[in-house]
Amino acid sequence: MARYQNIFTQVQLRGAPEYGPALPAGDFPRDGTPGFSYWMGKFGNAQIGPIYLGRLGVASILCFFLAFEITGLNMLASVNWDPIQFVRQLFWLALEPPGPEWGFTLFVPLAEGGWWQIAAFFLTASVLLWWARIYTRARALGMGTHVAWAFASAIFLFLSIGFIRPLLMGSWAESVPFGIFPHLDWTAAFSIRYGNLFYNPFHALSIAFLYGSVLLFAMHGATILAVGRYGGEREIEQITDRGTAAERAALFWRWTMGWNATMESIHRWAWWFAVLTTLTGGIGILLTGTVVDNWYLWAQQQGYAPSYPSTGVIDPALAPPAVAAPVAAAPAMPAVPATPTGGAQ
Amino acid sequence: MTRTQRMLIATTATLPLLLTGCEIGPKSSKQMGYRGTAMAQINNPSLVKAQVPIPANAYETPNASGPRAREQYQNVPVLGDISADQFNHLMANINNWVVPAQGLPVSEQGCNYCHNPNNMASDEKYTKIVARRMIQMTQAINANYKSHVQQTGVTCWTCHRGNAVPAYKWAAAAAGRPRGMAQSDTGQNRPVQSTAYASLPYDSFSAYLKDGGVNNIRVGNPQIYPAMDHNVSTKDAEKTYGLMMHMSQGLGVNCTYCHNSNNFASWKYSTTQRVSAWHGLRMVATSNAEYITPLTGVIPAVNSAVGPDQYRKGPQGDPYKINCATCHQGLAKPMNGVSMRADHPTLWLTPAGTGLPAAPARAAPAAVVPVAMLQRQGG
Repeated sequence: MARYQNIFTQVQLRGAPEYGPALPAGDFPRDGTPGFSYWMGKFGNAQIGPIYLGRLGVASILCFFLAFEITGLNMLASVNWDPIQFVRQLFWLALEPPGPEWGFTLFVPLAEGGWWQIAAFFLTASVLLWWARIYTRARALGMGTHVAWAFASAIFLFLSIGFIRPLLMGSWAESVPFGIFPHLDWTAAFSIRYGNLFYNPFHALSIAFLYGSVLLFAMHGATILAVGRYGGEREIEQITDRGTAAERAALFWRWTMGWNATMESIHRWAWWFAVLTTLTGGIGILLTGTVVDNWYLWAQQQGYAPSYPSTGVIDPALAPPAVAAPVAAAPAMPAVPATPTGGAQ
Repeated sequence: MTRTQRMLIATTATLPLLLTGCEIGPKSSKQMGYRGTAMAQINNPSLVKAQVPIPANAYETPNASGPRAREQYQNVPVLGDISADQFNHLMANINNWVVPAQGLPVSEQGCNYCHNPNNMASDEKYTKIVARRMIQMTQAINANYKSHVQQTGVTCWTCHRGNAVPAYKWAAAAAGRPRGMAQSDTGQNRPVQSTAYASLPYDSFSAYLKDGGVNNIRVGNPQIYPAMDHNVSTKDAEKTYGLMMHMSQGLGVNCTYCHNSNNFASWKYSTTQRVSAWHGLRMVATSNAEYITPLTGVIPAVNSAVGPDQYRKGPQGDPYKINCATCHQGLAKPMNGVSMRADHPTLWLTPAGTGLPAAPARAAPAAVVPVAMLQRQGG
């Protein structure tokens, strides 16, 4: 048991591979002969496989493959099909949504953003099929569907940014390019366009829940590792049969911060924080440009962004002519003589 | 040594690699605005671009007395009103400023770069026509854009720095190769210098620093709520962002040199430098539109007289044009704010177009018409 007090996994279980319960008739079989990996055992269970793909899984993988290929091949075309340049410029390359001139046209020509629409469709289909797969697998195992609903919250943010908000704005151009730097630059440009997303209260909530998730994760992971020597990793058992590990963990937090979550409720904390991160984020996105167009000015109006003293600078486009100096017309370009003029020198 | 210890040592040894993206070395920082708003300029002396020293005056600057240039020489439509002595003095200095000191064939050295030595008045060399127009441009900038160049002003040297073609310039980006069915060229997502290697649109110069480029850049809404008079796409923000990356790099400054990052669009929290930049953008766009683009028919694609690689135009056949870096060259104030006015007053005279037909009235800048997001076009 002393081997539990560490930050790396040092215990690996080996035995006959675990196959899981029998599948109902008509289901796809589970694939692969299970084996053991020493290195995977460092991070989790050493047993690899069997994997259950099923109809939903196969359909999801197929859709993801199509989206991935459409994006990758368009990126490759943008570097003139040069594999070396593809690798060198990969972080810059992107598949862009249709431009603002297309509005929310359903079928934009392929070269003008249609490829993006198709890739986005298959990516969305892939994600939704994977969600259904997670839901049905949880049901098949007699589990609750908590994982599926947490995933649904992430999908809500994904769809808010990529589909629902562009729909509300009536423009595909409001959606995100598929690319590494391009989607980051889009994020910065989006914030600048809408007066600083930092002052969007739902963005603020999303960040609070995101950082809160990290904090809870660190607190919970550390607590359980710390009481691992007393069997603290048997968290679910200890919900109803509180052993010395749970007592010590609870005492630790009551001593240090006066209150403690329980072996059960800490997982609710973590689940809600994670779910609310993307849920509030999606709400913040959906309000941007539809309800509020400049978050900083909105926050000032609501009294939660401070008003700083003005620097006294005024928009030169609105300044009186005395400030925006009038510009004299350019002198005409001297005529070029048809024949060289005789010189005096 | 256990395996864990070996792993710890390996991790510790490789961690410093994460610091390679950092700028090591002493820096100075200066507060530029209200406390607590991150309005600071951070200056890293090791990153400041070295500048070519300003050449000494060719000889003592003559005064304005004596016969006029047009009385002494033929075909001096732009500088005819200054004294012949001043005229010769300016010509001698232009030699130092613009004509490369080395690497030219004898037929192109010194005055010969623009003039036929047997007939100095002749306009047969295109370089002379360009030089004349550039003198007009310099005078126009000094006269009309004090809002940007203040009393410091500009001379040929501000841009040229000893090069026939200034080192920092732009031309319309090459058209992308046809890509068949694939996504057509989006004008962005390439690691190029014009956006400081961001993935932002790289030909912002054509959009903002050319003929129609005097439009106001207004991507942030000055109103709280969405309004039909402010339909600006995030893609428009990306385009202006690309230009801002150039300005930041060209001047060696952060965003906060001009903007308060709490609300980039807000003027009342911006620095006075932003007003200067606003005028500068108009100065550059106007200079390109009125002085350089009209030379398209005069300037050859390649000046073959000076060597095989002497390109004078970009891939789209437009002449090399001005952007912020052309003068600034990595400094917030070109040449650290040194003015050459005392030695070269003729470049501060009102631009003349002696004996020429009156210039047509300049069209007023078009109003901002961003592509409406809510309007479907063509489909």
